Amino acid sequence: MKKIVTRPDSMKDADMHYCAGCGHGIIHRLVCEVIDELKIKETTVAVAPVGCAVLAYDYWGFDTTEAAHGRTPSVATGIKRVLPDRLVFTYQGDGDLAAIGTAEIIHAGNRGENISVIFVNNGVYGMTGGQMAPTTLLGQSTMTTPGHRKASRDGFPIKITEMMAVLPGVVYLERTTVTSPKEVMKTKKAIRKIFDIQLAKKGFSMVEVLSPCPTYWGMSPIESMKRIENEVIKEYPLGIIKDTAAM
Amino acid sequence: MHRLWDVCRYVPRLRDRDSIRELVDSRVKHMKKKYLCTGNEACGEGAMRAGCRFYAGYPITPQNELTAYMSVRMDEVGGTFIQAESEVSAINMVFGASVAGARAMTSSSSPGISLKQEGISYIAACELPVVIVNVMRGGPGLGNIMASQADYFQATKGGGHGDYHLIVLAPASVQEMFDFTYEAFALADKYRNPVMILADGTLGQMMEPLEFEENIPFSKGVSKPWALTGAKGRSAQHVKSLILGGKDETLEEHNLHLQEKYRKIIENEVRIETENVGGAEIILVAYGAMSRIGYSCVEAMREKGKKVGMMIPKTLWPFPYDEIRGIAEKNKHVKFLVVEMSSGQMVEDVRLAVQDDKRVFFYGRMGGGIPTEDAIAREILKIAK
Repeated sequence: MKKIVTRPDSMKDADMHYCAGCGHGIIHRLVCEVIDELKIKETTVAVAPVGCAVLAYDYWGFDTTEAAHGRTPSVATGIKRVLPDRLVFTYQGDGDLAAIGTAEIIHAGNRGENISVIFVNNGVYGMTGGQMAPTTLLGQSTMTTPGHRKASRDGFPIKITEMMAVLPGVVYLERTTVTSPKEVMKTKKAIRKIFDIQLAKKGFSMVEVLSPCPTYWGMSPIESMKRIENEVIKEYPLGIIKDTAAM
Repeated sequence: MHRLWDVCRYVPRLRDRDSIRELVDSRVKHMKKKYLCTGNEACGEGAMRAGCRFYAGYPITPQNELTAYMSVRMDEVGGTFIQAESEVSAINMVFGASVAGARAMTSSSSPGISLKQEGISYIAACELPVVIVNVMRGGPGLGNIMASQADYFQATKGGGHGDYHLIVLAPASVQEMFDFTYEAFALADKYRNPVMILADGTLGQMMEPLEFEENIPFSKGVSKPWALTGAKGRSAQHVKSLILGGKDETLEEHNLHLQEKYRKIIENEVRIETENVGGAEIILVAYGAMSRIGYSCVEAMREKGKKVGMMIPKTLWPFPYDEIRGIAEKNKHVKFLVVEMSSGQMVEDVRLAVQDDKRVFFYGRMGGGIPTEDAIAREILKIAK
């Protein structure tokens, strides 16, 4: 029998801990597919965050460390400066990157660190039970926004990728999603793009992936995908936000 | 004598280093040069000579000379200097550099070290060799910028969350700022453990002669097969501190492994200097800059015929319990006076060592106050009565 689809070489044969319908599994696989395509499994060092993706090293077959919550870009900075010829990337959630690690991501970008960032935005703290994230939409119900998120009490959804666009050290920013095969392929292309940018030593780049969290959105996986298409994209529009990489 | 700063430009670039060292070797076997410099600069040069090639820090007084010195020297040797956006980020950059196999250092002063504690706990958990310098200042809070020893508990009892220990070295001179920092990298590598240089504002700022061999090799290193350099020719590996249990290892097993390592460090690395403890009626115990003032006092009192000895711990963790207990047991009448620039922190360890609170006395000042020779002498006379 001819094998048409198989697990990427750089992906471990392991059962994932992610909930049904979670986007992390798709995005993990895309990272591995790109690493296989670029044949850089042996020269990649990844930094996992604190959050649902903390166990990424259980699924990735390349060197991976794990940073304290939000310190992910600082750890990646240390690794990349010591090993400038390796591909170094961080994989962070919205709590890690847009709340507790705001200073670290902004300043890694501002230094123009030659690293790649995969920012998975599902608008909620999944690992701790579904609390409000900085990216939670107004009106969204979470564990810590009973009823819904109110601007008067909880502030507004943060658009950190747009904020990063003003930094000269940041050369590429794109927002994608994983709601359909077409969007999944666009996400893969974007991951490939930011890895290419790093390998060409062009500077800091980031892809924000809008991802579903059926468990803490209280929806089915299909409903969650529809919510991204109908509601989340309105707040966080898809597309290339910045491209000064000249590639 | 040269200012240390002046000779920086003659230090060979990293890429030429070996050939130049060879040249120096063939001409002069042991060429020692003498410099005049601050403790902060000596610490920086000690790190450079140890082979430190990554430094990240954040401005805070009274250790700014050290950060500035590293910015110059790292550029000269092709190493990495980063002025981080925060103390928190600096310690995590050092985490990253160490995980990639480099010798890495950060430095700060008390309030900044508090901010670094999260990162230090992760570094200890991941068993990363890192050197952290604390040039202590007055606290609590923002306190002031005067010398202090009030971070003893934080340095020696953990500091961050979880059961862990740093190796804590306590230099007492500009020379020791160099020597201890140089050695700290070897100790960190040997035990895969963070090492703290616990200095204070006086040691950081004061100038004294410093001597070291011009062609001194990097301090002793070890191979680091655990480093994350890319999975070339081996399977992928991970450095992490989240241990949820399962087939590989439980968190309790990891803790037992750490404790076993700490026992080995206690067995092998305790350092203390003793002066005239045999036949002494009173033994002064002090570390760091405080031991220098204490020593002047002890010398003056001995000239007057007083039987006063001195013990100067050089490692604060592991603490020299056995050495102090040995003296206390041999001489049942000897009393101990612990002098610190704090409300009394190391004195608790001396009490644990002596196991007779009636024989352990304390004198200290806080908030940047420094016990003077006269004040210590008065305390000694009070106890002698």
